[in-house]
Amino acid sequence: MTYSKLATVSALALAVTGAATTSQAEDLTLCWAAWDPANALVELSKEFETESGHTMNFEFVPWPNFADRMLNELNSGGKLCDLLIGDSQWIGGGAENGHYVKLNDFFADEGISMDDFAPATVYAYSTWPKGTENYYALPAMGDANAWFYRKDWFAREDIRAAFLEATGRELAEPKNQLELLEIAQFFQGREIDGKTVYGAAIFTERGSEGITMGVTGALYTWGFKYENTPGSYDMPGAVNSPEAVEALEFYKEFYETATPPGYTNSYMGESLDAFKSGQVAMAMNWFAFFPGLYADPNTGGDKIDFFVNPPQNVPASTLGGQGISVISYSDKQDAALEYVKWFAQPTVQAKWWELGGYSAHNSVLNDPGFADSQPFAGDFLEAMANVQDFWQEPTYAELLLAMQKRVHDYVVADQGTAQEALDKLIEDWTETFEDEGKL
Amino acid sequence: MSSYTVTAPSSRQKWFAGTMVVIYALVTMIPLVWIMITGFKSPADAISYPPKVVFEPTLEGYVNLFTTRTRQTEEFLNANPPQNWADEIVRKYDMVIVGQSKFGERFMNSVIIGFGSTFLSIFLGTLAAYAFSRFKIPLADDLLFFILSTRMMPPIAVAIPIFLMYRNLGLSDTHLGMILLYTAVNISLAVWLLKGFIDEIPREYEEAALIDGYTRFQAFYKVVLPQAATGIASTAIFCLIFAWNEYAFAVLLTSATAQTAPPFIPTIIGVGGLDWPAVAAGATIFLLPVMIFTILLRKHLLRGITFGAVRK
Amino acid sequence: MSDRTIDRVAAATPAPVARKIKGLSDRAIAWIFVGPTIFLLLAVNIFPLIWTIRLSFTNFRANRINRETEWIGLRNYERILTDLDIWLNMQATAHFLIWTIVLQVLIGFTLAYLINKNFRGSPFWTTVIVLPMMLSPAVVGNFWKFLYQPQIGLFNYIVSFFTGKDPSSFEMLGQVNLAPWSIVIVDTWMWTPFVMLICLAGLRSIPDYIYEAAEIDRASKLRQFFTITIPMVLPFLMLAVLFRGIENFKMFDLVVQLTGGGPGSTTELTSINLKREAFEKWRTGYASAYAIILFVTVFGLASIYVKALNKVKER
Repeated sequence: MTYSKLATVSALALAVTGAATTSQAEDLTLCWAAWDPANALVELSKEFETESGHTMNFEFVPWPNFADRMLNELNSGGKLCDLLIGDSQWIGGGAENGHYVKLNDFFADEGISMDDFAPATVYAYSTWPKGTENYYALPAMGDANAWFYRKDWFAREDIRAAFLEATGRELAEPKNQLELLEIAQFFQGREIDGKTVYGAAIFTERGSEGITMGVTGALYTWGFKYENTPGSYDMPGAVNSPEAVEALEFYKEFYETATPPGYTNSYMGESLDAFKSGQVAMAMNWFAFFPGLYADPNTGGDKIDFFVNPPQNVPASTLGGQGISVISYSDKQDAALEYVKWFAQPTVQAKWWELGGYSAHNSVLNDPGFADSQPFAGDFLEAMANVQDFWQEPTYAELLLAMQKRVHDYVVADQGTAQEALDKLIEDWTETFEDEGKL
Repeated sequence: MSSYTVTAPSSRQKWFAGTMVVIYALVTMIPLVWIMITGFKSPADAISYPPKVVFEPTLEGYVNLFTTRTRQTEEFLNANPPQNWADEIVRKYDMVIVGQSKFGERFMNSVIIGFGSTFLSIFLGTLAAYAFSRFKIPLADDLLFFILSTRMMPPIAVAIPIFLMYRNLGLSDTHLGMILLYTAVNISLAVWLLKGFIDEIPREYEEAALIDGYTRFQAFYKVVLPQAATGIASTAIFCLIFAWNEYAFAVLLTSATAQTAPPFIPTIIGVGGLDWPAVAAGATIFLLPVMIFTILLRKHLLRGITFGAVRK
Repeated sequence: MSDRTIDRVAAATPAPVARKIKGLSDRAIAWIFVGPTIFLLLAVNIFPLIWTIRLSFTNFRANRINRETEWIGLRNYERILTDLDIWLNMQATAHFLIWTIVLQVLIGFTLAYLINKNFRGSPFWTTVIVLPMMLSPAVVGNFWKFLYQPQIGLFNYIVSFFTGKDPSSFEMLGQVNLAPWSIVIVDTWMWTPFVMLICLAGLRSIPDYIYEAAEIDRASKLRQFFTITIPMVLPFLMLAVLFRGIENFKMFDLVVQLTGGGPGSTTELTSINLKREAFEKWRTGYASAYAIILFVTVFGLASIYVKALNKVKER
């Protein structure tokens, strides 16, 4: 199991002479975020190595730095990655700035049909301009933001009785956002087994995309829209609608009244920590982590259960997930395309799901046994039916940073009102689109 | 009142001063000691409340720092007994070691770039300092000030064009690119410090050598250099420490091949969340050489940090 | 022409020997020696600076190579100087700058004063105190983040030990009112030794006879302190402040690791903001103008300060 040093050395030597070697056996590098599914992909890719003779190297970057590092890499025309599993919002920039190889001809030649993949994932991970048949990635990993909770606590009689007394209803998975908050507030500061526990861990991170991904979970369910008419960039009245203001106020109340102390800058890792250390009754996170959470010896198994982001005015979940793209700066595009072709096969996709990756392939998702294959599989299907994503514009980073600032300033730093935050956000976004000549 | 000398402090004053300074020194050491201790804790001990002072030491942090691990099924674990002590440690979490982490590589990058840029700054800096010290150079003061002023620039201010320039030249994320960059940042320090050291070497030595038939180069090489050896060594350590510690350029201009340790250490994550013992272990390994150098340098410290403006 | 020994020696030496002594002319050697340094600095500092100035008048974006770049004159400068948010970043920077300098000067000077009493073991303890300032700010920021964790972090625990406050009741990095102080504390921890070392040099530069003379004049110790010690150390102290001022104006790595500019934007110092504009939003032209404004500010303030420093020195 242990990689021998020799292999590492020879791999290095290969990398040095890489350009000189023939197309027979290439040394491919795949870049992605450092998280559980990435380890599963390493496992999965061993098959590809045996079949093709190519060697796979991996560059996994921790989430907080992932976007920064990879976009920097792409913008400097770096040759580090041959393949990139890039975030859904990068597709616009990847396509328009020529970082990603357009895959239409390749798909046609190899008989890969986008109809074989879940439509929501194709729309979100592969197409640019959105919804057109211009493909720059193959859906690699479906994902959405959802919730998990301490099933054992929810089942305890004393807690159930206290909840009934406090709220007048039975303690159960929340059916809407307000119930979610109510449950979280109920657990906040409660003593369980001699330990003070808290309501829920939510995303509040400032540096990358954390708080935006968290707050949109509330915004979308209140009916938040980015534009009055899609594609018009007409934002006033949509972005700062009364519903949006209410949702943002809701998220702030949630942060202030139902989260553990010190979670002022928390994202995926902190959410997992809070849950695994038994500090919180509930937490939000991406489906990608659910296999690991379920397998956790302390808080997994029958102590955990999962639910989709509860609806409020409409059902909605924040989209995560990524498509796999071939980088245009790579010298080994042929071998990289071979990998994509291999990855698209239904058998490989089935194994991908089995190992803990979220396949977006219809043959996997539509399998009658899928919904019951994992305790969260059914929730995953439900979530993916109503996903919404952030802007995927080429200027997405600018749009995202503006939202990070405005929302964090309001929710965590307690500055101004929700209305002001969203009004300012429209100003920021308008400026960006004006610079782009889109407004 | 004793009056053998009016300026020497009394023993009571000394005692008071000594106590205060020792208290300050001890307090200032707490964070450093704490981080070194944390490197030997288990992840659970590291985040326990209240913070644990007494705990069972483990090398887990160091193992996690240098390896990548994966969770395995029970059957697999039973079928494959641990291969060494490190593997033994991670088995506690149903994991096996599958390879080396990037830390070793990043640390080596720090060494290569640190030493490379130090060598180059000292080489160029010594030549320039000698010239400024011994020859009449037109506008010497202006040139020296110009050299110093480059150090005042916020790194981010020049980072944009350097990013563009490196992108066009293919120097992004290369060792050479980082060595050149750090050399450029360090050279002002090297020139200023070394000029001070060389100024202190009496000219008579070289002049005697010149009369003996040495050429300028020979005099420089055989007479001045040996005399300046300690100065060069301490300047070199200063350059090395700077290159070793630099973060802003490293985070902007490197990603995989030439990334140094400072941008890497804060990104060490374990299974969910930061793996604090591994971070602490990485920080300890990374900071120790600098601490040792600081102790070696203590006589020249002041001069180094003030660009030679203050000499003891 | 000149009476340097070397020229006299040269003049007195027979021509063939002189040629051998000189080899290359001194002037040639000088340029060969200085040339590479100047060249490197021009290439890596001056050329980029000029390029930044050029870019600052455009709407160029480094991540949009295919897009046409336009000259937009002073628009970037206008936008920055009228942007309220940037003024807030400037305020955060000023708060950080002023308080770190005040604290470091007070503590640093006191320490130097105490160490100057030359108690037994003072060189050893000086070395111990100096350690923090030589460490990597990014790594230091990272582990202070650990120390500042509410509940599990040592800092809160120690504070609670002395004040009786619940260690999970406050968050140094997460609270709007505490975060600006959290970065001041770490910077002070790290850089007080720097001010101390320079003050110590100042104290040691005061010759004993001045105090002896004052003693003969029956000046009180307090009076000696204010009329001799302070004025004599002042130039050194001002130099220390200059260095710290420039460094902290540029502050990036330590604070990025500690707070990342948060919560909200309360600790978003200008260079963190600039990094976001330049390398996350990729508004290259805009960020260039921003960089120039910062550079001019620090250079302007520094030159005014240096003039003042020189006046103090002349006194």
